[in-house]
Amino acid sequence: MALLEIRNLHVKVENHEILKGIDLTVNAGEVHSIMGPNGSGKSTLAQVLARRESFQVTQGEVLYKGKDLLAMKPEEAACEGVFLAFQYPVEIPGISNAYFLRSALNAVRNYRGEDELDAMDFIPMFKKKMKLLDMDDKLMNRSVNEGFSGGEKKRNEILQMAVLEPKMAILDETDSGLDIDALRIVANGVNALRSPERAMVVVTHYQRLLNYIVPDFVHVLVDGRIVKSGGKELALELEDKGYSWVEAEATA
Amino acid sequence: MRTEEEMSNVATTSRELGNYLEAFTEFVKRAPGQNQGWLRKLREDSFAHFCEVGFPTTHDEDWRFTNVAAIAQTAFRLPPAAAKVSAQQIEPYRLAGAACELVFVNGRFDAKLSSVSSLPKGVSVGSLADEIRRDPKPLEKHLGQYLNTQRDIFCALNTAFLEDGAYVHIGRGTVLEEPVYLLFLTTASDAPLMTHPRNLIIAEEDSQAIIVEDYVSLGGGVAFSNAATELVASEHTVLSHYLIEREHTEAYNVSTLRLQQGRSANVASHSVLLGGGLVRNNVHPVLAGEGADCLINGLFIGNGRQHMDNYMLVEHASPHCGSRQFYNGILDGHSRGVFHGRIIVHKDAQKTDAKQTNRNLLLSDDAQIDTKPQLEIYADDVKCTHGATIGQIEEDELFYLRSRGIDEPAARRLLLLAFASECLERMKPGPARTRIEELVNQWLFHIQPGSPEHGKGAPDRALHGEEAG
Repeated sequence: MALLEIRNLHVKVENHEILKGIDLTVNAGEVHSIMGPNGSGKSTLAQVLARRESFQVTQGEVLYKGKDLLAMKPEEAACEGVFLAFQYPVEIPGISNAYFLRSALNAVRNYRGEDELDAMDFIPMFKKKMKLLDMDDKLMNRSVNEGFSGGEKKRNEILQMAVLEPKMAILDETDSGLDIDALRIVANGVNALRSPERAMVVVTHYQRLLNYIVPDFVHVLVDGRIVKSGGKELALELEDKGYSWVEAEATA
Repeated sequence: MRTEEEMSNVATTSRELGNYLEAFTEFVKRAPGQNQGWLRKLREDSFAHFCEVGFPTTHDEDWRFTNVAAIAQTAFRLPPAAAKVSAQQIEPYRLAGAACELVFVNGRFDAKLSSVSSLPKGVSVGSLADEIRRDPKPLEKHLGQYLNTQRDIFCALNTAFLEDGAYVHIGRGTVLEEPVYLLFLTTASDAPLMTHPRNLIIAEEDSQAIIVEDYVSLGGGVAFSNAATELVASEHTVLSHYLIEREHTEAYNVSTLRLQQGRSANVASHSVLLGGGLVRNNVHPVLAGEGADCLINGLFIGNGRQHMDNYMLVEHASPHCGSRQFYNGILDGHSRGVFHGRIIVHKDAQKTDAKQTNRNLLLSDDAQIDTKPQLEIYADDVKCTHGATIGQIEEDELFYLRSRGIDEPAARRLLLLAFASECLERMKPGPARTRIEELVNQWLFHIQPGSPEHGKGAPDRALHGEEAG
């Protein structure tokens, strides 16, 4: 059974049809990249999978571990192992990063019938994962994402992923706004989480990230449809020829 | 709206005044210190003024958003002789880590329930009634000298019925690190009761102290607490004052904190309104000495049909003083909040730095907030800013938390707590803050939209302990 199976997915956002029939199958252990020009629907797809409820599914279905993902609330999907690294991580003043992460981890552990972690167990684990992402300890006591630099926000997303250990990680433009050093750190963090039990969907506009996170499959999303799929070499071809090439091919 | 308007036009009728007159006539027969001319005059003048003016209506600018007709039309009486409250009943309210605890039952000091032993040298704490009987002369200089009974009729009423409350004296150079805890209990009653707690807190030069006033109902019944505190912060004092209102929703609570700040006095006022049906919280600092600084911090959380009115009057009377007002409101159900932030900068108060911020979260379509800044500036070299926001819980924030596995009720609670934390974090860590954090946490459990308790009114029992019934 595939980990994720998207069939003929149509999605409306504020009454505009953004996704117009997506089919995609992702197996455990695979890394898929979804590339496409701005406005093609990449982020919408990522957020629908994380169960953003204001996005309206008008047709199609999504099976995750054989279950109806679209019937799940965001928190259920998360507890079942779906994780979205946000393109624009949200700032939450007044909640410390450590408290937030521990609440999230314990929510997930509760759901799975595991014991909650207390601060004594949590802090060493948290520190280890922060080291992996070369993050300053001080970020632990700061409010979630508040006053973080762009790079710190993205690292914080991957840190959350490292702590929550999802089955299905969706990275939404995790490379945007990162300089090359930060990109390398983030990619290392992501690669450390690659495993045969875990699948990743890497949404990106540019091929650059894929030099570091090498995908098994590349899909090109144009105007709400996947118009071309291939191996990692497709990303290079896109980099070379630009999206107009597949757009032209798609409309031909 | 119409009925409200009509009700607001009802002035205090002669029947209600008759009730107060009867109560006053009885009261002065036994009031402490009636043999002191100044005190007798203070009470009589205040009562006469109250009779002349009566309760305010919504035509009064200071009461535009708060209709006190329900108070005006109720025949309250003074509590009869001491009600019995057991030590066990107040166990849940004891403040661990307090320097001393003064318990007032229906406005009167209860020595048995209180603990005032082993206070450091220079600190004197007790019942104001006892102090009036023991040594009234030194009180004359302060008692009634700061509250404006002409402007505020509730202060006049409090002064007319001035009987008991806390008397706190912190001697020169004395540092009291643990809080002075003042617990005001109203017991269950069939007839509507009124109490007029009156506190006098004097901090002499260069002293430090923390005062906590906690208002609690033990059992149901209509009750009216009309409290007033005069706090004198002499030169170079560092003081924190906390007010916690958590009475049940049949209670009317009017409180006035009048701060008199001398040169370089640094005072923080923290108000936390959780309970009460109709609540008016007046905070009135006068920055009388140069370089005085005042933080006025508040949090109000309303639900059901609670009405919570915060009236700030900050008077800058000297140069180089600073005041910062921060009030956050969370309103759910049909509750209504008011923030009225008045700043007066007197002519000589140059280099004033006054700031005012009121932020509000409305959790239901029926909740309402009226927020009104009012700046009167008579000096020409000042910095005054004000701002107010009204919003809802951000969907983006909610989705972000939920996408990490935190369920919706918990995510909402976390966001509310974060909003409340802005106020909590302005309080210095210590017993008072810990108590308030616990209360706010418990309270947020109850106002949470989507939870089974939602819309059922403020939680009475849970916060008053099982012993309360």
